[in-house]
Amino acid sequence: MKKIFSILVVLVAPGAFAAGGSSEFIEHFTPDTTNKASLQRGARLFVNYCMSCHSAGYHRYIHLARDLYLSEKQVQENLIFTTDEHGVPTKPGELMVVPMTEKYAKEAFGTVPPNLSLVSRVRGASWLYSYLKGFYLDTGREPIGVNNTVFPDVGMPHVLWELQGFQIPVYKTETRNGKEIRSIERLEIAVPGEQSPEEYAVTAADLVNFLVYLGEPARLERQRLGIWIVLFLVVFTIIAHFLKREYWRDVH
Amino acid sequence: MGTRTSNLANWIDARFPMTKMWEEHLSKYYAPRNFNFWYFFGSLALLVLVLQIITGIFLTMHYKPDGERAFASVEYIMRDVPWGWLMRYMHSTGSSMFFIVVYLHMFRALMYGSYKRPRELIWLFGMVIYVCLMAEAFMGYLLPWGQMSYWGAQVIINLFDTVPIIGPDLSLWIRGDYVVADATLNRFFALHVAAVPLVLLGLVVMHILALHEVGSNNPDGIEIKKHKGADGIPVDGIPFHPYYTVKDLVGVGVFLIIFMAIVFYAPELGGLFLEHDNFVPANPLVTPEHIKPVWYFTPYYAILRAIPPIPLVDQFSGVFVMGAAIVVLFFLPWIDRNEVRSVRYRSTAFKLNLAMFAITFVVLAYLGMSPAEPVLVLLAQLFTALYFLFFIFLYIISKNETTKPVPDRVT
Amino acid sequence: MAEQGVNRTRRRFLTATASTVGGAGCVVGAIPFLLSMQPSTKAQAAGAPVEADIGKLEMGQLLIFEWRGKPVWVVRRDPKSLAALSTLDDTLADPGSERDQQPAYARNEYRSINPEIMVLVGICTHLGCSPKYRPDLAAADLGADWQGGFFCPCHGSKFDLAGRVYAGVPAPSNLIVPPHKYLSDSRILIGVDEETA
Repeated sequence: MKKIFSILVVLVAPGAFAAGGSSEFIEHFTPDTTNKASLQRGARLFVNYCMSCHSAGYHRYIHLARDLYLSEKQVQENLIFTTDEHGVPTKPGELMVVPMTEKYAKEAFGTVPPNLSLVSRVRGASWLYSYLKGFYLDTGREPIGVNNTVFPDVGMPHVLWELQGFQIPVYKTETRNGKEIRSIERLEIAVPGEQSPEEYAVTAADLVNFLVYLGEPARLERQRLGIWIVLFLVVFTIIAHFLKREYWRDVH
Repeated sequence: MGTRTSNLANWIDARFPMTKMWEEHLSKYYAPRNFNFWYFFGSLALLVLVLQIITGIFLTMHYKPDGERAFASVEYIMRDVPWGWLMRYMHSTGSSMFFIVVYLHMFRALMYGSYKRPRELIWLFGMVIYVCLMAEAFMGYLLPWGQMSYWGAQVIINLFDTVPIIGPDLSLWIRGDYVVADATLNRFFALHVAAVPLVLLGLVVMHILALHEVGSNNPDGIEIKKHKGADGIPVDGIPFHPYYTVKDLVGVGVFLIIFMAIVFYAPELGGLFLEHDNFVPANPLVTPEHIKPVWYFTPYYAILRAIPPIPLVDQFSGVFVMGAAIVVLFFLPWIDRNEVRSVRYRSTAFKLNLAMFAITFVVLAYLGMSPAEPVLVLLAQLFTALYFLFFIFLYIISKNETTKPVPDRVT
Repeated sequence: MAEQGVNRTRRRFLTATASTVGGAGCVVGAIPFLLSMQPSTKAQAAGAPVEADIGKLEMGQLLIFEWRGKPVWVVRRDPKSLAALSTLDDTLADPGSERDQQPAYARNEYRSINPEIMVLVGICTHLGCSPKYRPDLAAADLGADWQGGFFCPCHGSKFDLAGRVYAGVPAPSNLIVPPHKYLSDSRILIGVDEETA
């Protein structure tokens, strides 16, 4: 019964995601894509850190100008760091792809870093937020040397370590069915980074806000417009109701 | 002004039965005056069909039915095409809303016995529409070419594989390749945008013509044509236009409020209308952890998984039972042997049976969405049995049912 | 179904209101659908101005650049060809470029900003074929007085080296000069107008 109930909860809860990893480390995060400053900071973080390897290949730079209230020039100067094979800077109208070829990526990383355009729609904002905060030192995992609480055996190094620093896990031991089980209780900072944990939380939030925007750029527009459409329909329905009542006087 | 329009109308009427059709189907089509909430869903289904066709046409202008480009072309629609996201969300929301409306429309028929003599053909046309709609939705779901599209199609097409003797050849023929591939996508596109919609439109016309031939049923389940006034018009009938057109307008308004609220504020509806895994491009080498069909197919999917393979026919048992779950609905007019149509005047046994059927359908839908864990499969088996028991009980109950007196006139 | 006691004014008013509001909704609802047929961001990006490097363009040579999916020709004309242009006036349909087939800054004797450099959209004004560059003087198939120019193989339209159409050929007007400006002596940006100084 409990099982069925939990399934119902998963099915009914909006934004429920079936992502891997242990759910106890998933910290709830409500993205705010109306915060332009946060989105702009997120975009900067994304092109600086993520786009070294990951592309956002369904999106165009020029969309950033349109959606984040930046000029085309600002986008060109602050957010575009790639060039074509002749060294000509990528134009704002082009897709946000990384210059690295798939072949090179496979040789270097063993796999092609996934296109992040839609990652927020697959994983959900809370998962991404927890993932960005969930890296910890794991000496057993050379060469990247880190692991992640929500993505066990993660294949990506902790790219934001300069900002966050490095965390180490604090373990707890529980006895279940007579067996001792050791598991991570929480993470704590071992090597401080440039940012305090509070600042890093803002950084993670900025990046997740941006990723949520990136997953669905129309989100900004639809949330802005929806209320007017619905209000119009309410007005129409009220008029239709009076019209119906007027005609149905004949019937009753 | 009046003479000029009537001159034009006369000119057309001499060449095309415009006024005649208008009168036959709207201004002089006499519908019972006691339609309730449940009678909105027929018009709403028509509305959704029109919306799907319009949004579909505009999506077709930008979509690429090509295994290499399909997924990216959907994202192109979502990002690059002006207002493309609106067409896409209206279309994806529309498909789910279509099934909600159709399921409620069908349940109405079950409650008020609308499938009974002389309306058996209306029911049969409706059932064919329902089956076509499932085919349409299934093929449309492949087009975004995400992981769920791909693996959903792979699993469903493999069902045909289990058909004895011809199965493997049949599924190969459907796919046009050894796995779901570009060829499959291309033909599903052709069927989804051209063939099935044409058939659907034709069937909808037949469904409505058959309805207008015998006249509408109503919540009392009685024939209004039994009592006609001196003018030959049923005394309990009112012209569809303007009375039901204005009433349906209110229904359309309320429906569109819900529809647009979903489109603008929750187009994924928590993963029910647009599934999270479908935002990952199709990958023939990796199956998503938990594949399931979209919610409107899950009752049948639960039935499919509930039936264990049996010797000789192997997995076909599940496919057979699932097929039977749909086919049995076609026979409803003959399974229900009682003359009384409306649930209002039928026995408590019938009411309980019908309520149980509705619950069973919803529970099966939930089970079909959840992972195939042993406990849940057991539950699915129980509810599969209940699903079929509805028809058996109905057959038995309806033979000698103690019904309440049916009123002579609508209430 | 009593017809008496019906308030016709009220009924007419409500019908008109519902029709107006519903009709307005349909019209507004149609707008996004019609706008979706406008060029997408992708098409706009592909139609962005194109930079043409003409530093290595030799005398008499033609380079083709793609702008908005169309060929744009850049030709370096020698002084002799430039001198010959004015001698052709009598045989041309629109020698003075009266028709609006070029930006104002290219509406001159040579139809160009820099007399030497001709920039043209390489699409015949007749039915959209791309004419051939025929710099060969007195070509056998084009007549002894051919001064070099463009010949459309589809329907035989002829244009001179300024893209001006000859009289009596199917093409109705001169070849189009696209908006363009000089970034430097050797670099042209095609698709953007020269700033009016």
